[in-house]
Amino acid sequence: MAMNNQGRDSTPHSVSVTGDLVTFTGNKALQQEEALIFELDNPGAVGVDLPKPVTTTTRLSGLSPRAGVGLPQLAEPDVVRHYTRLSQKNFAIDTTMYPLGSCTMKHNPRLNEKMARLPGFGDIHPMQPVETVQGALELIDQLAYWLKTLTGMPAVAMSPGAGAHGELCGLMAIHAALDARGESNRRRVLVPESAHGTNPATAAFCGFTVDTIPAEENGRVSVEAVKAKLGDDVACIMLTNPNTCGLFEPQIKEIADAVHAAGGYFYCDGANYNAIVGRVRPADLGVDAMHINLHKTFSTPHGGGGPGSGPVVLSDALAPFAPLPFVVHGKDGFALVEHAKDAGDAQPFGRLKGFHGQMGMFVRALSYMLSHGADGLRQVASDAVLNANYVLASLKDVMSASFEGPCMHEALFDDRFLKGTGVTPLDFAKAMIDEGYHPMTMYFPLVVHGALLIEPTETESKRTLDQFIGTMRHLAEKAKAGDLAHFQAAPRLTPRKRLDETQAARKPVLRWVKPAGSNPAELAQAAE
Amino acid sequence: MTIRFTKDHEWIKLDGGVATVGITDYAQNALGDVVFVEVPDAGKVLEQGKDAAVVESVKAASEIYAPVDGTVLEGNAALGDDPSLVNTAPEGDGWFFKMSIKDMAQFEALMDADAYKSFTEGL
Amino acid sequence: MRYLPLTDADRSSMLATIGVDSVDALFRDVPDHAKLPGKIAGLPDHMGELAVERHLSRLAAKNVTASSVPFFVGAGAYKHHVPASVDQMLLRGEFLTSYTPYQPEVTQGTLQYLFEFQTQVALLTGMDVANASMYDGATGTAEAVLMAARVNKRNKVILSGGLHPHYREVVETTCGIMGMDIRAQAPDWKNAEDLSALLDAETSSVVVQTPSLFGHLRDFTALCDAAHAKGVMVIVVVTEVVSLGLLPSPGSMGADIVVCEGQSIGNGLNFGGPYVGLFATRDKFVRQMPGRLCGQTVDADGKRGFVLTLSTREQHIRREKATSNICTNSGLCALAFTIHLSLLGEQGLVGLARINHANAVTLADKLSSIKGVSVVNDGFFNEFTVKLPKKAAKVVSKLAANDILAGVPVSRLYPDVEGLEDLLLVATTEINSVEDMDALVRGLEEVL
Repeated sequence: MAMNNQGRDSTPHSVSVTGDLVTFTGNKALQQEEALIFELDNPGAVGVDLPKPVTTTTRLSGLSPRAGVGLPQLAEPDVVRHYTRLSQKNFAIDTTMYPLGSCTMKHNPRLNEKMARLPGFGDIHPMQPVETVQGALELIDQLAYWLKTLTGMPAVAMSPGAGAHGELCGLMAIHAALDARGESNRRRVLVPESAHGTNPATAAFCGFTVDTIPAEENGRVSVEAVKAKLGDDVACIMLTNPNTCGLFEPQIKEIADAVHAAGGYFYCDGANYNAIVGRVRPADLGVDAMHINLHKTFSTPHGGGGPGSGPVVLSDALAPFAPLPFVVHGKDGFALVEHAKDAGDAQPFGRLKGFHGQMGMFVRALSYMLSHGADGLRQVASDAVLNANYVLASLKDVMSASFEGPCMHEALFDDRFLKGTGVTPLDFAKAMIDEGYHPMTMYFPLVVHGALLIEPTETESKRTLDQFIGTMRHLAEKAKAGDLAHFQAAPRLTPRKRLDETQAARKPVLRWVKPAGSNPAELAQAAE
Repeated sequence: MTIRFTKDHEWIKLDGGVATVGITDYAQNALGDVVFVEVPDAGKVLEQGKDAAVVESVKAASEIYAPVDGTVLEGNAALGDDPSLVNTAPEGDGWFFKMSIKDMAQFEALMDADAYKSFTEGL
Repeated sequence: MRYLPLTDADRSSMLATIGVDSVDALFRDVPDHAKLPGKIAGLPDHMGELAVERHLSRLAAKNVTASSVPFFVGAGAYKHHVPASVDQMLLRGEFLTSYTPYQPEVTQGTLQYLFEFQTQVALLTGMDVANASMYDGATGTAEAVLMAARVNKRNKVILSGGLHPHYREVVETTCGIMGMDIRAQAPDWKNAEDLSALLDAETSSVVVQTPSLFGHLRDFTALCDAAHAKGVMVIVVVTEVVSLGLLPSPGSMGADIVVCEGQSIGNGLNFGGPYVGLFATRDKFVRQMPGRLCGQTVDADGKRGFVLTLSTREQHIRREKATSNICTNSGLCALAFTIHLSLLGEQGLVGLARINHANAVTLADKLSSIKGVSVVNDGFFNEFTVKLPKKAAKVVSKLAANDILAGVPVSRLYPDVEGLEDLLLVATTEINSVEDMDALVRGLEEVL
């Protein structure tokens, strides 16, 4: 026979080794240690090939060209590997359930990405002549139509760059409307204690004073508590609905009516609009202004912290004060109003952003809306609420639900179930990491002790939820069984264990500096 | 030398006309690791119960209130370099500022050490 | 529906677990009058991918793209070539679909690139420290003005006439509501203003831009010295960040805060957003900075790692006493910026800046040769102001009809100021070939 005797073993060796494997590199197979890009500097390497300048003449008004910047040099393969390795140190919706309450980590459809990258949207300049960007203005107009129709509101300001920026837009519109009414004395803003931190921060930013409304025992805001605070110096109330406890405010219309009767406006924080989209129109609740986080309700990616987009729907009372610029229907197609003098009867309060808003996010959001349609968006809210209630119902016997009854899109627990175990909500969350889950939101809202806020979103399957529920039950029982060390040592399977935040804050190191004596940046800057 | 305490966990120690103010051991324990302290400049006029300084842990920023009316004589510069003094020596080197007292009656009305001890035990 | 994994069977069994017979029962707190019985009228039903693509592609096709014509539009946003690998990295789900890195053990990837980004921004601007980004250059400028007011507790700000009018308007809107006294100077198209003369003991900050809206360059060292002598902070704005590969850094001139629009590196034009604001300052002001900061520390095993830090400045802790209300920033645009800048490296950035400048020198000479046309600037980076014998807005429209995007008429930015109607801002970058430039020259000759 002709025999190939180079055959390799096709069954594993039966050797057993105990203890942690310490590798020479510090890598753990798929988990790679990665230096800072500055430490990977390979002088002489380039990551781009550029042509020669067409001339060496300079015209710099007498300024000397800069001697250098101090950037590291790498070829493309090293750059690609660097960022790929970094990416592998992140949890993401694509890899794991991310039940962060109040943050709405739902699936980000890739069609949206493809659409935003169409050159007709991605490769057009904000200051091109309007006749060359009619499709872009039409897209903004269509998105505005969707937002107005879904919320029942008559107008929308499109330019705010994120949710907090939308809050700023809404409060500035209220400020301008009050000034126009000759009631500049109205400078008090009512904010429930359960509010997102951005609410009081925004109110203060606009020069308002913040007056806190306590929450009721049942996690809601009562009309009586609001009425007790009303007066002729109240500018508005900022209310999140559904609120940050994941509950719909049942007295919301009464609250809106009371605020209106007292001459104030109702700003609704729309961060949780995803719970009611297609099922409830904010206009029917008496809202005057509400921002919509396109990166929450309408699935544009969070991208590790942005960019977001925060259009603000406005009532008739506030619509005239919407900021510049905005799209209008002109006689030759769509037009862009960029200056107050072209705004007709409107009295725009000013400008919030460099150009026209987050176009890239607009495309993604419209792509998502078209994909779902009116029927699908209603189903989005239904499934989001169903998923949250399923989690609530399946965990309330082992964890402590903060309030009786069903929730909306997120389920709020507190740390009573951990009492006596020594395990803190933080420890519990870190143990979830070892199980492969991103933790839920912790210690927010502030109205319950040791809050654990779980928002599964509508894009998690029942199978995923069941596995998550099983994990949470397991951990709750483990905590109660007294396995404190398991929680305090967690996470153990991540690229880094718990980090020393005290050291980071006491002696801030906010940038890399090359070890003394050989820093090209310092040399370059000294030479300038 | 006399020491008094507030319900907001500041202590104020009077020594020869100059009062020194800081936060109590109970307070530093509740705050956790202090990472930053902002002390008032000399000359700042303080009003009892109003903001006088800020103390920050990693996750919280807390206002320190003036225990009595008066004027700041000196802020503790050492806290700028080493805010952990607030944790290690809250009632010693971790003091926040020295002040003059406008109205001694306000000082006398504060809790003494025994009263503060039983106050914290009741929390 | 393709994005909703629950089946009807799942829904039924989940409702049974919850103990209600319909989803409607879970919405019991909604007032009856506000409960919609069915889907909202006036909107289409769901569509497949193909139908959505058709719909959006039709809209996209109505726009003239920068790559398809000779293109010279700038004024705060610039068309540059972005290497293919930037977008490929950006599309990795671990970056794209991750949240703000509040849980550092599972977001070291995001945190490390933010730390690297902060370092790159500090190096570029010549400053000590930078934050993890703002929404854009204009909002960053307003935040800088507010920060200066926190630092020196003064209320007046002077805005150079070379500052982009959109930036001026955002400052007026944002800082105006805070009661600040804003002194915006007249458009300085001749590069003649003297801001030193305006500084006094009430002035909190002075905001200048380099290159200015009109493309002018200046050495701000003397202004910084004069300002510092009076306790005034100098905020330097850069809307074309590639220029920092060639021009002296604002830090080297003595700036206290530097704000840049970072779109030029790594990010497309996107019709104005999302962009990325860069924000840098001196160490001593770090606690007054707005926005997120990433810092280096160690983990429980003593290994280097990164966390968000100094967050007591921020809204989620400080609430109404926060330095800013900003929460979400421009994370992914910052990632695009940092990857592109890593690919460029020292040589690439300097080379790119020189190509941009060389193209501008070449184009300026070509345009000057047209009868009746003059270049206003004696110096510039990649954008300059041209004086035409006719109204620039009309010229731009006519050229657009001939598939040439010639630039931004100054009158579009300053419709109320007389005497600027003939001025055109012309920008050129590495994307422009000599053929593009000649097409612009021919086009102008035809319409003038």
